[in-house]
Amino acid sequence: MSDVVMPQMGESIVEGTITKWMKQIGDKVERDEPLFEISTDKVDSEVPAPVAGVLQEIFVQEGETVEINTLVARIGDGSDGNKEEAPAEPSRQEPAASPAVTQAVAAVVNGKPDGDRRIRSSPLVRRLAKEHDIDLSQVTGTGQGGRISKKDIEAYLKARESAAEVPASAPVSEEALGTFRPAPAARFGSYSVEPLSTMRRTIAEHMSLSMRLAPHVATVHQIDCSVIVKARDEAKHKFLEQNGTKLTFMPFFLRASAAALKEHSAINVSLDGDQVVIYKDINIGMAVALTAGLIVPVIPAVDEKSILGLQKTVNDLANRARNRQLKPDEVTQGTFSITNYGSYGSLFATPAINQPQSAILGLGAIHKAPVAVGDAIGIRSICYATLSFDHRVIDGAVADQFMTHLKAVIENWTEPIL
Amino acid sequence: MTVSTLAAVDNQTRPGVTERICEYQDLGRVAYGRAWDLQREIVRRRKAGDIPDRLLFVEHPHVVSMGRNAKEQNVLVPREVFEKKGIDYWETDRGGDVTYHGPGQIVGYPILDLRDWKRDVLAFVRALEQVMVDTMAEFGISAGRVPGATGIWAGPAKLGAIGVHISRWVTSHGFALNVSTDLSYFGYIVPCGLTRPVTSMERLLGSPPPQEDVKRALARNFGAVFERTMREL
Repeated sequence: MSDVVMPQMGESIVEGTITKWMKQIGDKVERDEPLFEISTDKVDSEVPAPVAGVLQEIFVQEGETVEINTLVARIGDGSDGNKEEAPAEPSRQEPAASPAVTQAVAAVVNGKPDGDRRIRSSPLVRRLAKEHDIDLSQVTGTGQGGRISKKDIEAYLKARESAAEVPASAPVSEEALGTFRPAPAARFGSYSVEPLSTMRRTIAEHMSLSMRLAPHVATVHQIDCSVIVKARDEAKHKFLEQNGTKLTFMPFFLRASAAALKEHSAINVSLDGDQVVIYKDINIGMAVALTAGLIVPVIPAVDEKSILGLQKTVNDLANRARNRQLKPDEVTQGTFSITNYGSYGSLFATPAINQPQSAILGLGAIHKAPVAVGDAIGIRSICYATLSFDHRVIDGAVADQFMTHLKAVIENWTEPIL
Repeated sequence: MTVSTLAAVDNQTRPGVTERICEYQDLGRVAYGRAWDLQREIVRRRKAGDIPDRLLFVEHPHVVSMGRNAKEQNVLVPREVFEKKGIDYWETDRGGDVTYHGPGQIVGYPILDLRDWKRDVLAFVRALEQVMVDTMAEFGISAGRVPGATGIWAGPAKLGAIGVHISRWVTSHGFALNVSTDLSYFGYIVPCGLTRPVTSMERLLGSPPPQEDVKRALARNFGAVFERTMREL
C-alpha cells in the first residue's frame, strides 16, 4: 500500500484545501492519473496518483484544509492478499503508518469539524462549542493556520455575553435623563407647556447618552455622484413601471456602505466595556423623520440584497415607521446607520452616532456643482458625505479608508439596477 | 510502506535547456468552451514535451465562469438571465471564484511547465501579477497588489484577475485584464467573491489603448518576468 500526502505546491505554502476527489474509495487508479484537486489562493492543482492501484481510504474530505505532508489517502494494490495485510477493520483512528504519519493522521481525524468546513480545532474546543451551543464558523481562530483554541472560545463567549447585554437602545436611567434635562427654563411672556412624549424622551435620552459616551469625530468626503445619477435617471421609469416603487439613491449608498463595511470591519463594531464586538452581519439603520420625532429602522443583511430588494425594504420600513407599525425587533440589531439629511436640503452635517453603534454616515444633498475635472472645470453631481465615528474605537485613518472605499464604489458604479 | 510526494513523482530528470522559449499566439475572439478545449490539447502536448511553453491571448464573447471555489451566492441573477442576455456560463477547473470575461478584455492563458520555473504555484501567481503591473506602468497606470486579494488593483478597484489550474506542474487558465470591458456585466456577479469595484484601462485613462499594443507589452513583460524568449506564432 502507498500513502498519499498533501503535496507542497511552493516554498511558502504550508497547507492545502482539497476541493475535489476525482476518485472514490474502491476506484481503480492509474499512476499519474488525477486523484484529487487542491486549491491554494487562486490556483487549483490536480494531484496525480503516485502509484497505480485501488483507492482504499480517504482521510481528508472535500473542503478540508490540512498541512502539507498530511496523509490524505491510501492506495492499495487491490489484490485480496493485500486486503488481508491491512488492519482487519480499517479505521481512521488506527492508521498503520510511520510515527510521523500517525501524528499527521491524528491531526486530520481530530481536525475534522462537525459538519462545517475548513475549521480547525481540537476535541476540547469542539466539546466546549457543543456545551455552549457555539457555531465554530463564527469563532475567529488565532492559532496557527486559523486553528481555534480554548482561549478563542472563551473570548467568543465573553463577547457574546456582552453583546447580548448591550441594549438596542439604552435604557432610560435617571442619570442619563439628568444629562439632557436643562436647567429650569425661565418662563416669561406668553408660552405654552407640553409634556415630553415618550418618543421625544427616548430620543433626548439616547442622543445625550451618545454624545456623552462617545467622542464624536467627523470626516467629510466629496463624492462625485454623476455615475449613479445617470444610472438612476436611465432606470427610474422602468423601475417604477416594473416594481411599482420609486428608485431613490438610498439603495446605492446602502450597497456602497455594505461593500466598504465588509472590507473595513473595524467600523462595524460596538464598544462594550473593555471589549470590542465586531459584527459579521451588516445591518444598516436608516434614519426616518417622523412628524414628531425620528426612528431608525434596520435593514438586515444589506450585503445580501439586490438593489430592488434594498429599495423595497427601504420603502416598506419607511412607510411602516411613519404609520407607527414597526415591530420592536425592526429597530434593533443595527450595526451601522445612514442618515440622509440631504433630502431636506442640507449640504453637510455632523450626525450623532446611534448607540451602541460606532459610526453613522450622513448624506448631504446631491447637487450640481462646478468642480475641477482634470485641468478643466466641469459640472458634476456632488454630494458631501460625512462619517461621524466614535474615536474611542475608530481612528481617523480607518474612517477615511472606509470613506475612500465607499466613494470609489459610488463613483465607479457598475452594478445593473434592473 | 512508502510515502510518495508529488515532488518525488515529478522529480524526473529533464534535459538541460539553455535558452527557454515561450511561444505566444493571439487567437482573437474565441468562445470560452473552444478555448478551454484548445488549452487542454496544448497542455497535453506540453506535458508530452512536444512543444515549449506557450502563452495564448484570446478575447471571449460574454461569459461567466465559475472557479473551483466559486460560491453560488456570488452569482446575483438567476441562470436564465444569462441565457436571455446572451451570456455563456461555464463551471471550470481553475482556482478562484466567479468572474466575467467579454469583449474588450484581454485574456492570457499561459501553458507553462513549472518544473522549469520554480515549482511554486504562489510564485507563479505573483509573477502573473507582476507581468500585468509592469504592463500597466508602460501605459501610465499605477497598479499594484492588495495582500490577500490576488489580481492587480488600481486604487480600490480591480483591474486584472487571476485564476489558474495546474496539472502535473503544467499551468492552464491564467489572467484577465480589463482594457475596455463593458464593466456593467460584472454587476451580475460578485467578481471573485469580493465586493469591490472593478475598473478598466479605458476608465482609468479616459480612452481605450489599442489592444494590440497592450498584448505586445504583456508578451514582452511575460518574457522578462518568466525569463523566457518570446516567439510569436
